[in-house]
Parts: sequence; structure tokens; C-alpha cells
Amino acid sequence: MAAEGSNSIDALGQFQLHPALGAIGRSVNFTQSNLMMVVAGLAVLAFLYLGMKPRAMVPGRLQAAAEMGYETIMGMCTETIGGHEGRKFFPFVFTLFFFILFGNLLGVFPLFFTFTSHIMVTLALSLTVFILVTVVGLKEHGLHWFSYFVPPGVPVALAPLMVLIEVISYLSRIISLSVRLFANMMAGHVMLEVFGSFIVMLGGIGLLGYFPAALSLGVNTLLIGFELLVATLQAYVFAILTCIYLHDAVHLH
Amino acid sequence: MDVASAKMLGAGIAMIALAGVGIGMGTIFGSLVTSVARNPASRDRVFGLAILGFALTEAVALYALVIAFIILFV
Repeated sequence: MAAEGSNSIDALGQFQLHPALGAIGRSVNFTQSNLMMVVAGLAVLAFLYLGMKPRAMVPGRLQAAAEMGYETIMGMCTETIGGHEGRKFFPFVFTLFFFILFGNLLGVFPLFFTFTSHIMVTLALSLTVFILVTVVGLKEHGLHWFSYFVPPGVPVALAPLMVLIEVISYLSRIISLSVRLFANMMAGHVMLEVFGSFIVMLGGIGLLGYFPAALSLGVNTLLIGFELLVATLQAYVFAILTCIYLHDAVHLH
Repeated sequence: MDVASAKMLGAGIAMIALAGVGIGMGTIFGSLVTSVARNPASRDRVFGLAILGFALTEAVALYALVIAFIILFV
């Protein structure tokens, strides 16, 4: 947070990692990011366990939410990847979606840390997806899988160039998938920080600053709502892109 | 020109990418309005696709923002 009266905004300081859980955390480099991952994982488990515990015919709010999550991801998998394979990959996509969703949403709360705002976390997630997609493609099709890089109906003269472009676009999935999630979460939190600093700085200059400070507070309130939208949307986009990549691996175009 | 001001200018120039993002978003939501006007029954299905396109286009803006941040702070 920018101190009152200072005129520089420390927008990226909020992403600094600190050891969590006292001396034990310090000795094994267990940071607040890792702690949040554990919290997100436990929150997903608690959400699904408590949601499905009543097993009511007419679901309550929590059960309806859990069932809605299940049905949304199930529909996404079976529609995008295809019936049989979709059910096979459902657990992976479901886990990925809920881990990212809870990670994004936890970051909106005060005192919590958004672990998806670090590129190393999202890069690890997207590398997992990338390696899985490649392994699935090789397992399903063997060496025939490499025909994926030669688009059908391409003239022979253009083929080497097209193969090069296809390989680059295939490899750039790692970057685009990870940077999309990371940039969305980081930019959102930087915006919150910048407008939060505006409130403090404008409030500090006296009567003239109160109106713009109130305006910044309003903007910040709207941004929190927007962050909730972005958090859900990015988890959805990550999951559906994983499904699209898996479809490509299973069906080759 | 010293490095600090060149960095500021570079971050500003990186934001030109937002012109393309603006065009893209306009196209997405313009097409959404057109298609819903033509076939109001398709609203639910088309809206989901539009939101997906919105998220993918918005990501381009954020790439530019990340580049600006890298120029400014790293």
C-alpha cells in the first residue's frame, strides 16, 4: 500500500511472497501462495462434500451449486471432447476448473493471496495441460499424430511453411494459456491497488480531494464486481480451452 | 533521452494494442446484437460464445498491459 502523502504507487508489491506458518514455513520455503493453494484445495473438497451430503431430491442452495458445477463441466466435456472421451477426461477438467476458480475467487477477499497471479503457477498448470494433451495424442494415434501439423488440402510447395507455423502455434499454447490467466488476475489486482492508492492519496490532500476520492472508491467497488466476473470467466476459459486441446488430441482436427 | 523517460514512452506506445482490442470487442458485441436480432431464440447459445470471445479478446489487451508493466517495473 502506498503510504499517505507519498506520490508513488507500489502496484506490484502486493505480489511479493512471504514465508507462511512461522519457522516451519521459513525452513521449507512454504509461502503464503502455497498456503492459499492448500486452502483452495480444502475449500473445493469442503464445498463438494457439504454440497453433496444432504442428497436431497429438491436440492438446497449449496447442493444446487455443486450439482450445477458438475453439470456445467460434464456438458462442456461431452460437447467439446465428445461423449466417451469426454467422460474419461472429466475428472481432470473438473479438478482444474475448480482449483483455478477457487484460487481466483479467494484473491478477491481481503487478506487473501491470489496464487494464480503468479506466472510460475499458471505456467505449471498450462504445462500440465500441454504435456497431457501431447501424451494423449501420441497414445491415441501413435506416430500418425504428427499428421496434425500438416493441415489437410495444403499444396506441397507450402507444406514446410505450414508445418513450421503449426508447430509454433502448437507450442505457443503453453504461453497463451498461462499468460492469459496470469495477466487477467494480475491486471485486476493492480487496478484495485491503483484505485485504492488514489483513495488514500486524494483523501490526504484535504477538502478538494474528497470528491475524487469518493469517485475512486466507487470505481473500486465496481472493479471488485468485475473481478468476480473475470475470476469465473478465466477459470471457464482455461477449462474450455483444455477441452478444445484435448478434442484436437483425440480427434486430430 | 534518458532511460526513465524512454521507458515511460515505451509503456505508452505498448498501449496502442488497445486499438485492435477495441475493434475486436466492437465486432464481437456488434455481431452478438445482429445475430440476436435476427434470431432471438438463439440468445442463450450465442451469448455464451460471445462471452468466450470477449475473454479471449480481453486477454490481448492484458498482454499489452503486461508488456507495459515489464517495461515500467522490471
